[in-house]
Amino acid sequence: MHKKLIVIGGGPAGLAAAVSAVENGLSPEDICILERDSEPGGILNQCIHAGFGLHRFGEELTGPEYAGRYIEMAKAAGLTITVNAMVLSLTDDKKVTYVSPETGYVTCSADAVILAMGCRERTRGALNIPGSRPAGIFTAGTAQRYVNMEGYMPGKRVVILGSGDIGLIMARRMTLEGAKVLCVCELMPYSGGLARNIVQCLEDFDIPLYLSHTVTAIGGKDRVESVTVAQVDENRRPIPGTEVTYDCDTLLLSVGLIPENELTRGAGVAIDRMTNGAFVNQNRETEIDGIYACGNVLHVHDLVDFVSEEAAIAGRAAAEKILGKTAPAVHSVSVRTGFGVRYTIPERIDIPAEPAEEVRLFFRVTDIYKKVRLTITDGNGNVLVKKAKSAVAPGEMESLSLSVESLKALADAKCETITVALEEM
Amino acid sequence: MIYDVLIIGAGVTGVMTARYLSGKTCSVAVCEAGCDVAMGATRANSAIVHAGYDAKPGTLKARLNVRGNKLMKEIAKELGVECKAVGSHVVGFGEEDAKHLKELYERGIANGVPDLRIIGQDELRAMEPNISAEATMSLWAPSAAITCPYGLTIAAAECAATNGVDFYLNFKVTDSSHAGGIYYITNGQQTIAARYVVNCAGVHSAEVAEILGEHDFPIYIQPRRGEYIVMDKTCGKMANSTLFVVPSSKGKGILVSPTVDGNLLIGPNAYAIDDADDTQTTQPGLSEITEGALRLMPCVDTRNAITSFSGVRPTPNIYDFYIKNSEQLPGVVHAVGVESPGFASGPATAEYIAELLTDAGLQFTDKDNFIPTRRADGNPKLFRDMTDEEKNAAIRENPSYGKIICRCETVTEGDILNALNSPIPAVTLDMQKSRNRSGMGRCQGGFCSPRVVAIIAEHENYGLENVTKRGGGSWLVVPKNTKGGDKE
Amino acid sequence: METRELTCVVCPAGCKITVTLEDGKVTDVKGQTCPRGKTYAQNEVTHPVRTLTTTVLLENAAAGTKTLPVKTNKPLSKELLFAAMDELAGFAVKAPVTVGTVLLKDFMEPGVDLVACKTVH
Repeated sequence: MHKKLIVIGGGPAGLAAAVSAVENGLSPEDICILERDSEPGGILNQCIHAGFGLHRFGEELTGPEYAGRYIEMAKAAGLTITVNAMVLSLTDDKKVTYVSPETGYVTCSADAVILAMGCRERTRGALNIPGSRPAGIFTAGTAQRYVNMEGYMPGKRVVILGSGDIGLIMARRMTLEGAKVLCVCELMPYSGGLARNIVQCLEDFDIPLYLSHTVTAIGGKDRVESVTVAQVDENRRPIPGTEVTYDCDTLLLSVGLIPENELTRGAGVAIDRMTNGAFVNQNRETEIDGIYACGNVLHVHDLVDFVSEEAAIAGRAAAEKILGKTAPAVHSVSVRTGFGVRYTIPERIDIPAEPAEEVRLFFRVTDIYKKVRLTITDGNGNVLVKKAKSAVAPGEMESLSLSVESLKALADAKCETITVALEEM
Repeated sequence: MIYDVLIIGAGVTGVMTARYLSGKTCSVAVCEAGCDVAMGATRANSAIVHAGYDAKPGTLKARLNVRGNKLMKEIAKELGVECKAVGSHVVGFGEEDAKHLKELYERGIANGVPDLRIIGQDELRAMEPNISAEATMSLWAPSAAITCPYGLTIAAAECAATNGVDFYLNFKVTDSSHAGGIYYITNGQQTIAARYVVNCAGVHSAEVAEILGEHDFPIYIQPRRGEYIVMDKTCGKMANSTLFVVPSSKGKGILVSPTVDGNLLIGPNAYAIDDADDTQTTQPGLSEITEGALRLMPCVDTRNAITSFSGVRPTPNIYDFYIKNSEQLPGVVHAVGVESPGFASGPATAEYIAELLTDAGLQFTDKDNFIPTRRADGNPKLFRDMTDEEKNAAIRENPSYGKIICRCETVTEGDILNALNSPIPAVTLDMQKSRNRSGMGRCQGGFCSPRVVAIIAEHENYGLENVTKRGGGSWLVVPKNTKGGDKE
Repeated sequence: METRELTCVVCPAGCKITVTLEDGKVTDVKGQTCPRGKTYAQNEVTHPVRTLTTTVLLENAAAGTKTLPVKTNKPLSKELLFAAMDELAGFAVKAPVTVGTVLLKDFMEPGVDLVACKTVH
């Protein structure tokens, strides 16, 4: 079996990529979208809260509504989505092996593959909290699945570790459903969640947020019976004597997301240690020709709107490549991270002879800074782009754009690297 | 009904005894306090089938270990469970250890351990390139093997059940009486009657002896906890065989071993604890085993740790296993204090227990229709172990094999349903996990556990609130309030 | 004169807004970057409102779907959130449902409807 384009994942990234591929000239019959769940939409199906779509659709939607829009767009584009189809392997020559109840165990080759598998949650194991192993320890996303999809409560008295958005959203959700959320504690001195979520998920319900705190012990043999929380010092080590023990039956973990790149690794695609996703160029093409990555499998996004935007870039690039419309690169520039910048997307810019459009570089900062200048400099220290910001935070994606002229100049000067950095003013 | 034999405790000793007797003309029941078989020391140990050079010659331990090692490999083959003879090294560091290795070698020879040999530094390094540069020699025992101890025990239990053994899980013995040559064993709600009773209740076996009516039982069990760290599969090839240090009075010391699943296992330490069911891990304990492992293999990096666990061993106040007919209670056999190498000894212990039962008067002959596999139709394969052709055939026959539930470990709905339809139905999350590894991968069940819970609930035709992690009070979810709001 | 500092919850930007009140009346709103922020701030100091999102039971749906996500089409008085959850306890909808369908008209407050957030066959 052969398809021109296989999109792995039918969540917001995969759907947007496929829709974009059709918009850019690829026939929908040549595209195969493989979704592992029984319905498309990905994790948005369980994100029943509002806050999606302001950028993309100019209105505030819930997760299922946002997914619904893209499912409709995919349908309108003539695309079909194969559900219950789990990809088991991908090779560097773009052979995809998947399994589904309808198709059985199938291997399908493709001209191009778009990786859109999303991410997973960090677990207790990654935190290495010693203690016994009772029931009642859930990641926030697992709890969200129980409450929103299965219609059950994972507990009644809850401590939440981690103030990422899913943790905050679940604090409100479980409170509304009748649970008592005793506190949210956050290892860092600042919350990883959006300010609005601290207000409407915690402050609205008088749920305390303890910054620079972590869980040091979990009590209970069969089921969680208590959770001990302690303050941490500047090296994030618990300070003895600050422990407080809560009687509770549930510990929710919202301690970060990891791009799900097992297939990517299996294909031999190079992975950026900072993003935990593939190294890509501005088309979101990995270091293997014709394999693209977008959405949370590439790097963890704050907003689904940006996932769709990124996926559209990958979808367009894949369509153009399949249709032979891609202008070959004459020069490649690698993007380095300078002071205060944790990672950038893309990590590489492939410049064609006649660049047609600007390239937007997305990046995350390493810490909270006030009054900064964000810059892109070339190998000789010349500042190509600068932007002043009153405040930046690791939780929010920043971006700077390189103009067509700058791209030409970089190619002409055979400049090998550019650096994205932050200066405190 | 009145069973011929009731076995108390479904660890490796009880289950191997049940499987052995299920091939004979007698009726057998097994009762177990936990929600599954292999819930005690059998679940959490070094996952090794020891060769048999540790025990002093002439002891029961020595005899049962060496025979058990041989039988275990045969049984694993019959049950389709992996048991790999990767061999083991007792690694010596300098002259002091050389003396001890010589002693162990002589014991091994006396015990009948095959192919035992002391090797020098060069050969050791060639076999184990990552071994510490300080290691000078080793005692090499090629018959030592690795396996999944609970997987093998579950398979043996299913086989026993297939051959007619009744398993009573979640059955904690609280009382017993003896009348007219029959023992009545109860958990307070249900009573099982049997003519012969085998006590192999592990860390609780001395308590069970007293419940059965033993006065001044000579054996005292000290629960001893050992902690372990499991390292990622990227470390699985760092050791080719099991590496021990020279044993001390505290036990066999901290080892480094590959596992059949492809991970690297390090541990255990050994500490006496009061509560025999306390399987927590501790920060100092995990640091201690890391240090111990580094001595054998300096390149071990615990940043690659994926999980830690601990197991509690039943250490008796005597050197040997205490496996005997009761002097006070006719028809009762005690298998008490079966600590390491209790797992490796299991199949041989089962034969020995059967001999003791015969001595006590039980009569049986071989059944001619014994099924050596897990099910009457053989050993079911997990989807991920099938060939491509088998996968397609399985999905065609049963589309649920095409639906992946656990993404990390590639477990299908078919695998989960198969475990539910087994002669010992896997109705808890942990039972499923130990049969097909669902929830054991990178995401630790984050994605699949709600789905597995839903499949169990649907199959058993009850609400999700009835599904537990591992029985007892380990509930997972409660129904939503009929009314919202915090009503405390 | 009284001033209040708010974090806007209307969108993920989370603007810091300063509201000035005189005798309980809003006289000035500063810091927002859009008109919706101004409305939010005015409401927040006088009559705070929130959009409620939750799930209700779904009957009759294709295998696997047990719940239907729903929301209020307009923000609801904040103090009515728990009462609204009580009201919805045990409330069930029959499939098929189309996204946007009004399930309960004038739910809790006049002009605020409960609508379906998903199409389920």
